[in-house]
Amino acid sequence: MKETVEASKVRVADVELELFDSGRGRPLLFLHGDHGFQFRRPFVSALSADRRFLAPSHPGFGKSSLPDWLDCVDDIAHLYLELMDVLKLDELDVVGCSIGGWIAAEMATKTPERFRRLVLVGPTGIKVGPADKLDIPDIFAKPEEEVRKLLYHSPDTMEANTSEMSEDDLALMFRARETLALLAWEPWMHNSKLKRRLHRIAAPALFVRGESDGLISQAYLEAYSALLPNARMLTIEAAGHMPELEQPESFARAVLEFLGD
Amino acid sequence: MRAWHFSENAYPYLPPAETYPSIRVSLPNQIYDPTKGAALYDRYIEEWLIAEDEGVEIMLNEHHQTATCVDPAAPLMLAALARLSKKARLLILGNPIANRRQPVRVAEEMAMIDILSHGRLEAGFVRGVPYEILPANSNPVRMNERHWEALDLIIKCWTHHDGPFSHEGRFFHHRSINIWPRPMQQPHPPVWVSTTSTGGAAQVGGRGYVQATFLTGFETTKRIYEAYRRGWREAGRGQDVPIDRLAYAALIYVGETEARAHAGAEKLLWYVTSNKVPPHFSNPPGYLPVAMNVQLARGAHNVVSAYGTKQSTVEGAIEAGLMFAGTPDQVTKQIKRHWEYVGGYGHLLIMGQAGFLEHDDTVHGIRMFAREVYPQLKQMYPERLSSGVPCAT
Repeated sequence: MKETVEASKVRVADVELELFDSGRGRPLLFLHGDHGFQFRRPFVSALSADRRFLAPSHPGFGKSSLPDWLDCVDDIAHLYLELMDVLKLDELDVVGCSIGGWIAAEMATKTPERFRRLVLVGPTGIKVGPADKLDIPDIFAKPEEEVRKLLYHSPDTMEANTSEMSEDDLALMFRARETLALLAWEPWMHNSKLKRRLHRIAAPALFVRGESDGLISQAYLEAYSALLPNARMLTIEAAGHMPELEQPESFARAVLEFLGD
Repeated sequence: MRAWHFSENAYPYLPPAETYPSIRVSLPNQIYDPTKGAALYDRYIEEWLIAEDEGVEIMLNEHHQTATCVDPAAPLMLAALARLSKKARLLILGNPIANRRQPVRVAEEMAMIDILSHGRLEAGFVRGVPYEILPANSNPVRMNERHWEALDLIIKCWTHHDGPFSHEGRFFHHRSINIWPRPMQQPHPPVWVSTTSTGGAAQVGGRGYVQATFLTGFETTKRIYEAYRRGWREAGRGQDVPIDRLAYAALIYVGETEARAHAGAEKLLWYVTSNKVPPHFSNPPGYLPVAMNVQLARGAHNVVSAYGTKQSTVEGAIEAGLMFAGTPDQVTKQIKRHWEYVGGYGHLLIMGQAGFLEHDDTVHGIRMFAREVYPQLKQMYPERLSSGVPCAT
């Protein structure tokens, strides 16, 4: 059975945001990862079963516009705080994956009181290691096969076959890649100020890592979570950088359990 | 018609290509022997000066972290040439200003070279090939916007003479700009821009700068020139587009016999055949428009990787218009065919040295071109001609 999901358009500042708004209940803001958001994923139905599930496509991803002034994750954090105003959401839970986790962390450092609980899944955003070693491998400077191995626990079953994708989907994929580069190119995948601000996030936070994640190391996530006063960590087995896709059931279970549903 | 001797200062002493994944960006510099490198600089400079003696102008460019072009700071080489040469025009094509953090510094360097050379600078600006992105750590997204803001700022640096001015733009910020020296040529040195897209060419045409294109053969060159002429006319510059606004770069080797010419030309193909670069360096995100990446994913040919073409034989390269090689008469005919097909240009940028083309052969090629082909081209294509107008030659 296929239902058609229509995303709505919401205007925030001068940005036209694509917003997937489904389900009823306490609001959960989902901030997608580096590849954009697709509604028809098993983890989405699990998370939206008893919740109002809100997932914007970040500017420059999906069908959201990208204004010429916007060029960093911090810009998106400000934009989404304004989105919360527009939607009249005073307090909510947030789940952010990869760059979405980075956005969530930036938002929560600005208005910590508006976040009840945070789940950060393989989040990027900080730099903790030495200057002569990238904390996060340079996925743009590696052959595709290598990147696949870094991203997935089971690269062969997970990667989309571009020859079977529609031109529209290909365009979305390349656009997401371009926007990711715009946002994360320099400094590479982080904001050097963020780690000096994370202590403001008093809400309980769960840091999730797929055990085979080649982008976000265990040490990186430990250092990240240690910067928040009330954070703990969770590993999802048989998953890489996107446990929400590779292990949707155990991912959703862990998230809902942490959120107290 | 004006001809330019263009040398990339390649370092050809490399291990077999199958032992490394890329000749650019990631090739360890332990392979570079400084002593051999110094001898190569001596030699390449000498070849530029021989070209000057033969009445040919001088051109150079800049690439980074690559064995194909060991000239990562072209203004330094240009400064040396400004003092060693006496009369040739000096074309740098060019300054990769979307990758340089300080356009004002570029304006200063160029002004200094104009003074050092007593007004012989031709200042070129390039967006830079995709493999320059990583060495510069430059964001590949919005390069075009950075490029134009930088170029406009540089022109203002050269032409503003009343003390400090400020610039608070989208990408560059300065509170006090007041360069010393200012250029010798007034109002500023001639400006060149290279581009591979029709949109870019129309913009260059609108501003009236010299438009150069590299190894783009027949069809692409024609499209780029048409876009340039359209941009020129739409900006109200008049119906006639002087041929000296357009330039074409090709691999060129002239010999007294076809056999000798083809032997030289074969060595020039080093640029085509040795340019081993994996896709993650040649197509970084954002460098190409999304629509073009979709076409590439559907199997289209990457038009931006200038040398990554299939024309890796002398005959194929000549057929494709990337190369002009043969006896003086053959080369003249090949250029004529290309020139007329694309609508005409006033500058021929000669890639006359590559890889293992030794000094004697390089000099032979320069002299044969200068003495046997160049006079015919100058006669056929005087500078007063207009581009895009059929000419009776």
